[in-house]
Amino acid sequence: MTTATIATDHKIAVHTELVDESIVKWYFYAALLFLTTSMLAGILVSLQLIQHNPFTGIEIFSPGRWRMVHTNAVAYGFLANGFLGCLHWAIPRLTLHPVLDKRLSWFIYAAWQFVVGATAVGILFGEAQGLEWGETPVWIDPLAQVGLLLVAINFMTPIARMKGPMYVSLWYFLAAFIWTFLTYAMGNFIPEYFVSGTSAGAVGGLFIHDLVGLFVTPLGWGLMYYFVPILIKKPIWSHGLSLVGFWGLAFFYPLQGIHHFLYTPIPMFLQYGAVVSTIAVELVVTTVIINFFGSIWGNWSIVRTNLPVRYFYTGMVFYFLTCLQCSFQVTLTFQKIIHFSDWVVGHAHMVMFGVFSMWIMGMMTYLFPRLLKREWASQNLIEWHYWLSTVGLAVMAADLILLGLFQGWSWAALEPWDASTDFSFPFWVLRTIAGLAMFGGLLALLTNIWKTVKLAPAKA
Amino acid sequence: MFESKSGIFYIAGVGFFVLAFVSNALVPWLMYNNIPEQTVAELINPNLRYQFEDLARRYPESFNAAYGTPPGGEAEHDAWWNEKCEEALRVGHKLYVGEGCWHCHSQFIRPVSNEEERWGPVSRSAEYQNELQRPVLFGTRRVGPDLCREGGRRSNDWHAVHFFKPENLSVNSPMPEYPWFFDGSADKPTARGLAIITYVQWLGSWQESYPYYEAYVKSPLSVPEPEPAADAPAADATPAVEAAPAEEAAK
Repeated sequence: MTTATIATDHKIAVHTELVDESIVKWYFYAALLFLTTSMLAGILVSLQLIQHNPFTGIEIFSPGRWRMVHTNAVAYGFLANGFLGCLHWAIPRLTLHPVLDKRLSWFIYAAWQFVVGATAVGILFGEAQGLEWGETPVWIDPLAQVGLLLVAINFMTPIARMKGPMYVSLWYFLAAFIWTFLTYAMGNFIPEYFVSGTSAGAVGGLFIHDLVGLFVTPLGWGLMYYFVPILIKKPIWSHGLSLVGFWGLAFFYPLQGIHHFLYTPIPMFLQYGAVVSTIAVELVVTTVIINFFGSIWGNWSIVRTNLPVRYFYTGMVFYFLTCLQCSFQVTLTFQKIIHFSDWVVGHAHMVMFGVFSMWIMGMMTYLFPRLLKREWASQNLIEWHYWLSTVGLAVMAADLILLGLFQGWSWAALEPWDASTDFSFPFWVLRTIAGLAMFGGLLALLTNIWKTVKLAPAKA
Repeated sequence: MFESKSGIFYIAGVGFFVLAFVSNALVPWLMYNNIPEQTVAELINPNLRYQFEDLARRYPESFNAAYGTPPGGEAEHDAWWNEKCEEALRVGHKLYVGEGCWHCHSQFIRPVSNEEERWGPVSRSAEYQNELQRPVLFGTRRVGPDLCREGGRRSNDWHAVHFFKPENLSVNSPMPEYPWFFDGSADKPTARGLAIITYVQWLGSWQESYPYYEAYVKSPLSVPEPEPAADAPAADATPAVEAAPAEEAAK
């Protein structure tokens, strides 16, 4: 399908000249390193909740600090690295132009690992800042900001050089580079230095929301629009729906930040606005889902045989569920009960792991054999990875969402506070088991990569 | 336009982002711009000073090691206490953020779900317009209770024991232990221990209803309401208590 975009005055570009395969591979390794760190952090915190923390009383293992490493490393260490790796594959192939400069790519790679690693170290030494995903200590923020600018320049150059119409993926990528830069600047400087109190809450809400909506989401969907048609060997069902999906997301998604802080002293008219645009985006999401399900319709057997496609569509099912859930939980009626509860934690895991991690895992499953020039060492292990991740996540999300309702009702009924932690205990135990299953899935992947690198014979 | 580079760059990328920033961030920013941001020094109040001086009385050795001893003259004496209290508040805030306390303890009371009855008066914007709420510590999750009315509800001793080993006071508490705030035992808080206790005692100390207790006066029997605490202004304490049953009747 890329052949359609080749201009006639062009010599046909060669994959090896376009794509720096080794940087894709190293981005994936970095992503998996941070995912391992993050999941271990998550397990530590879940063990604390069930009072089985093996490192009780050791300062450097303070669960509160690891709680921040958990979310920070997933967003900036795993998702960002995973996406950057995939972008180094997809953008040159889509535009038929290499990135601006391969040395710049490696500089960005090194700088980014430094940023994420230093953030984790800063957090572990108690230097975190008080904003979710904005924990990055003061002295690293400017470096991260420069890094994001360089990422944008490096990737936007091939897009700018490209002739002819832009494919859907490139709409998402182009917008995402601008949004990510602006979002990071907004979240890491304004609430820390310029505004306090309620307005800082509004800006902070906008930041954490935009980070999911304007950095993770467009990159994820852009990559889906790229990989899905290639793998199922059919075009996207409707170009019109693609347009609706992109522009609907671009317009409605940024308007919702305040829905994270309903019933705070933030003015009610702003809260209502955030609620309405959140429900609106659910309709937009539905069009995107219809578009992708229309694309694969009649061809479902590929989900059984092709693991990357299965990952992608599993992620889309979770995406639809997450957004559907969101359009309920964002209402003031639901907020009375579920705000502050584990419902929200379940929701967050469903979107970050169930959707975007699934997609990255799918892309890794597809790309690793191409990067390593050999087949997966074990088909069994990649199946184990899929099933442990999917079942683990489904159990964890269902468990926490249900628990959130019980907690909310218990609090509203003015039961003693301890009651809510007491009855949470069995749910938290189940959550730990589900988390261990997900971690087991990751171990299956890591083992498989190790085996593939070491043992499997190279392709002729 | 909808598929062109410039359309996506300017309209979706920059335009919609700016629209959202103006409507969702700049509007509340400007709306509350008239409330001046209080500095930490301005946040020190008699309630907090009482708790801070109480720490000095209860843990004299720890306190002297952390802050030294107050000077002689009355004016200097007062300035010294305020200065040390400010220092403790700053350090305590940094610990509260750095240890991620705010991921399990929120700091705002919503006007729904009986939160007023459990925690006290609903949060107001002005309460957050200060240096220690930049970024704001609303929080998003309550594994443990909300803390924005916590100050004064429990003694400094209680907090020391609780930070050292929460289980000792609250059976099956999922809260981590913080022995690194102490010098080996709960009666020897270090500078960090004194600071985090000061910070927690500060929360809600600006309230007229300080210290706020659960609505224990709400008995089905017509028990006369207890006398308000000696150091709290009587006129302020009564409505906070009476408001609860009236609101329940309204529901």
